[in-house]
Amino acid sequence: MTMTVHVDIVSAENEIFSGLAEMVFAPAELGEVGISPRHAPFLSKLNPGEVRVKVSETESYPFFISGGILEVQPHLVTILADTAIRAKDIDESAALEAKAKAEEALKDKTGKIDFEAAHTQLTQAIMQLRTLDRVRKRGDH
Amino acid sequence: MAVGKEIRTKIGSIKNTQKITRAMEMVAASKMRRTKERMQATRPFSKKIAQIIKHLAHANPEYKHSFLHKRDVKRVGLIIISSDRGLCGGLNSNLFRKTIVQLMEWHKQGIEVDVCTIGTKAFSFFSNLKQINVTGHISKIGDTPHLEDIVGIINIMLTAYEQNKIDQLYVVSNGFVNTMIQKPNVERLLPIVAGELTDGVSKSHWDYIYEPDAKQMLDHLLTRYIESTVYQGLVENNACEQAARMVAMKSASDNAGKIIKELQLIYNKARQAAITQEISEIVAGAAAV
Repeated sequence: MTMTVHVDIVSAENEIFSGLAEMVFAPAELGEVGISPRHAPFLSKLNPGEVRVKVSETESYPFFISGGILEVQPHLVTILADTAIRAKDIDESAALEAKAKAEEALKDKTGKIDFEAAHTQLTQAIMQLRTLDRVRKRGDH
Repeated sequence: MAVGKEIRTKIGSIKNTQKITRAMEMVAASKMRRTKERMQATRPFSKKIAQIIKHLAHANPEYKHSFLHKRDVKRVGLIIISSDRGLCGGLNSNLFRKTIVQLMEWHKQGIEVDVCTIGTKAFSFFSNLKQINVTGHISKIGDTPHLEDIVGIINIMLTAYEQNKIDQLYVVSNGFVNTMIQKPNVERLLPIVAGELTDGVSKSHWDYIYEPDAKQMLDHLLTRYIESTVYQGLVENNACEQAARMVAMKSASDNAGKIIKELQLIYNKARQAAITQEISEIVAGAAAV
């Protein structure tokens, strides 16, 4: 039997995932990390991007998170996401629209816009789309 | 017929009151459902972050964050969460009573108290007390609280803590047990102390690997923890308020019904007595002729 680690993913609004996994991939601030069972205690901020929970050789669950915190204990992985959605629930057209809107807003040089907010929005939209892309390429959607 | 005019008006006015209390009961019931859902939705997050904090308290970090550091207590900070409106039974008064007991204890030990209040009721109650110092207040948050609403208050307290103005931080709010029961809680937020260990956590001497670095990470995590706990308190208090109001209004409507029944009985008796008297007067008159 392969070793597993308990994974909990919660967002501010609800509990997204709770169960055993062989490996977890998350977009830590200094680059993507893969967590196996019995990993050393680890604490990191997360960037917006894809979190992938590999439950078995053939089965894995992709999620999109908009940033958050990752805590790793040898037998416990907790991801506190600001917002999290299952990859299959990502609304592609809405993400594309949000991306276009954010880009538009960033082009507007009149200084009326909240640059920071627009930038965050843009990163999030791009990361959502990229998550979708990756999921499609792997073909486990 | 002039009999029992006052009783009839009284019945009418009680019926009107009953209409109002019944309407309020129904409004509270539907609001309670929504606030309860919101409370349950945010519970997993605050539970998990509390768990991480508990692990953190067991770690042996090189960098000691001031939030994890115990100090001698000379002054404590208190965030009190109450409702904006009344007519919700003993919800707020139970909470304040519990707070007062705690305040008395601190007073005996010579500990001073700073208070930040959320909700009109807490402000009007605690701003009148001489022994304590209200440093911040916010009200009229409504049924859909946002984190931004309370960040200001939390910052006041955290800054005070970092500047050593307060040595402990507590949050006081109602905990939702079920619709009938709400329990006032006084919970200590700072400094964070090690509690019981959960499974899956290493028990030997260990520390986290921090990314990007310990200070930045801990600042972020601990602030997030405080925010989430206070936010959870607020959301829970909202659910409590609606539940308590629903129950209070239900018993008010029931009581109104009882009073109406009694008054109706008195009224009917009075009317019957008047009729009987009239008849006997007529009969007596007829007999005399």
